[in-house]
Amino acid sequence: MKTDFLGKTLSSPLVLASGVLGNNAAILERVHANGCGLPTMKSIGPAPRNGHHNPTVIDLGQGMINAVGLPTPGYLNMDREWAELENRQFPVNASIYGGSVAEFVQVAEFVAQKGPDYIELNISCPNSDQHGMIFGINPASSHAVVAAVKKVIGTIPLIAKLTPAAPDIGAIAAACEDGGADAICAINTAGPGMVIDIEAQMPVLAFKKGGLSGPMIKPVAVRCVYEIYQAVKIPIIGLGGITRGEDAVEILMAGASLVGMGTAVRYRGISVFNQVSKELDNWLTDHNTSLEKIIGAAHHPAMEGPHEHRS
Amino acid sequence: MNTDLKPVMLKVAEKQVHSASFSSLFFEFPMDFKPGQFVMAWIPGLDEKPYTISFHTPTRFAITVEAKGRFSKQAVAMAPGDLMGFRGPFGNGFNVHPSSHIAVVAGGCGMAPLAPLVETLEAQENRNLVLIHGARTKDFLLYPDRFATARKTCTDDGSQGHKGFVTALLEDEIRQRADWGSPGLDMVYACGPEIMMHAVFQICEAHDIPCQVSLERYMRCGFGVCGACVCGSQVVCKDGPVFGSASLRTMGDFNTTALLKSGQPVALSDYFSWRCQ
Repeated sequence: MKTDFLGKTLSSPLVLASGVLGNNAAILERVHANGCGLPTMKSIGPAPRNGHHNPTVIDLGQGMINAVGLPTPGYLNMDREWAELENRQFPVNASIYGGSVAEFVQVAEFVAQKGPDYIELNISCPNSDQHGMIFGINPASSHAVVAAVKKVIGTIPLIAKLTPAAPDIGAIAAACEDGGADAICAINTAGPGMVIDIEAQMPVLAFKKGGLSGPMIKPVAVRCVYEIYQAVKIPIIGLGGITRGEDAVEILMAGASLVGMGTAVRYRGISVFNQVSKELDNWLTDHNTSLEKIIGAAHHPAMEGPHEHRS
Repeated sequence: MNTDLKPVMLKVAEKQVHSASFSSLFFEFPMDFKPGQFVMAWIPGLDEKPYTISFHTPTRFAITVEAKGRFSKQAVAMAPGDLMGFRGPFGNGFNVHPSSHIAVVAGGCGMAPLAPLVETLEAQENRNLVLIHGARTKDFLLYPDRFATARKTCTDDGSQGHKGFVTALLEDEIRQRADWGSPGLDMVYACGPEIMMHAVFQICEAHDIPCQVSLERYMRCGFGVCGACVCGSQVVCKDGPVFGSASLRTMGDFNTTALLKSGQPVALSDYFSWRCQ
């Protein structure tokens, strides 16, 4: 199911979420070969960082809670990966993060020289107190970091990845669009939440709190994408709990143009991309429609405007 | 009961001290398990680490710990009644092939994942089993009296058995079978230092014998999502930790490269000096 996205043709409308598997070129290639149109690299940061002690990732059955903590070799220590990606036969989305606008710019400028097909700004990770999410909950901060990065990456399309923790995610998306973002990716993990083991009498995650993902957050993701679709004109990568073809249909109807998956790999393996691609295709055929036609199909003018019952 | 979700807290039922370095912690719990799989063991407030299950019955299991780092030193200091959390078992485990002339090759504590496999193989009929075990010294040869099958041993210092490496004993076995016209080995299982497993793999390749080895990498989730343990295109916690000859041939990172906690790929020697801190 070939799909055009910001001037390039992807082999499918499915995207690998950042932070999932993307630790080397070989695994990105394998994910692509399994039906993922756009694999995303693990977020690249300004300096080497180990992330948190374990436990960092726990499956709760209806989704996961994680606080891996943005591990990164640092953008200057990735020569092997860039070399392996140089002659790739698949597109790659480079996720980056920083602790300040200056750090985002520093990483973005370097990464852009390495020729990724897209650059994704992680302004939404809840798992570090110094990075990420603090930029994604305030429209002025989001605008500042997007505008600054846009200036140093040439013609590479820029994607802003947003957090559902923002009080008004539509306003954040609009600020990113205004700052020069070419697309929005939503959502990063929700919460953060906490799981306490009552026998150990202690939070299970070493970082205590962690982002929620998987089926349990799908309604949050659908609502966020719906609101973003109303706030911006640029395309949206919708993700958060997408596990089967019908989930993909739902988030496309909310307004996404591409559909991301991450936690679904836990439940259906790496081949989940091929499986969802087939399920999506079957649904579209059964309903005699197309991907383009269902994007934003859940938005009805009659449902807008005042919603309160009038007496 | 799902044991692969949040940790199941279990009390240490028994501790067996094997030597100054090795202890096994036993837990009364019916863990669903096949040899070669692993669990994520959690000491609340400290860390969580992958350990193979080294003893298994329908009602009981154990992990064997070598006191080396922060986590393992605290683990061997645990006493009956202390709590440890477990997620798992994870990974594929060994493929118990319908082969009849089998060698099991262990290096040091690489015997821990192989021991339940040896017991499984011993319980099956028509198995011709050769057991080769090497270690630094006699004290590092785990479970000396555990198996019905006699063990061919070697040590780096000659304190027990042949002075030298397991690869010499494996090559002797292959050569003797050829010299005597006995049936050749049709499966080799190995676990130990990666350089040893690679050498075993190469010997097997040279003699056209299929082999299975169990790899180790830094792990986080244990179920194939976070990507911390990727080795080439393979996800060690999910596709492995046991890899057969066909996979090993395609894994350029086997015996060369592993990722640090940061995700940075480094030479295997640098990875192990970090892991053993």
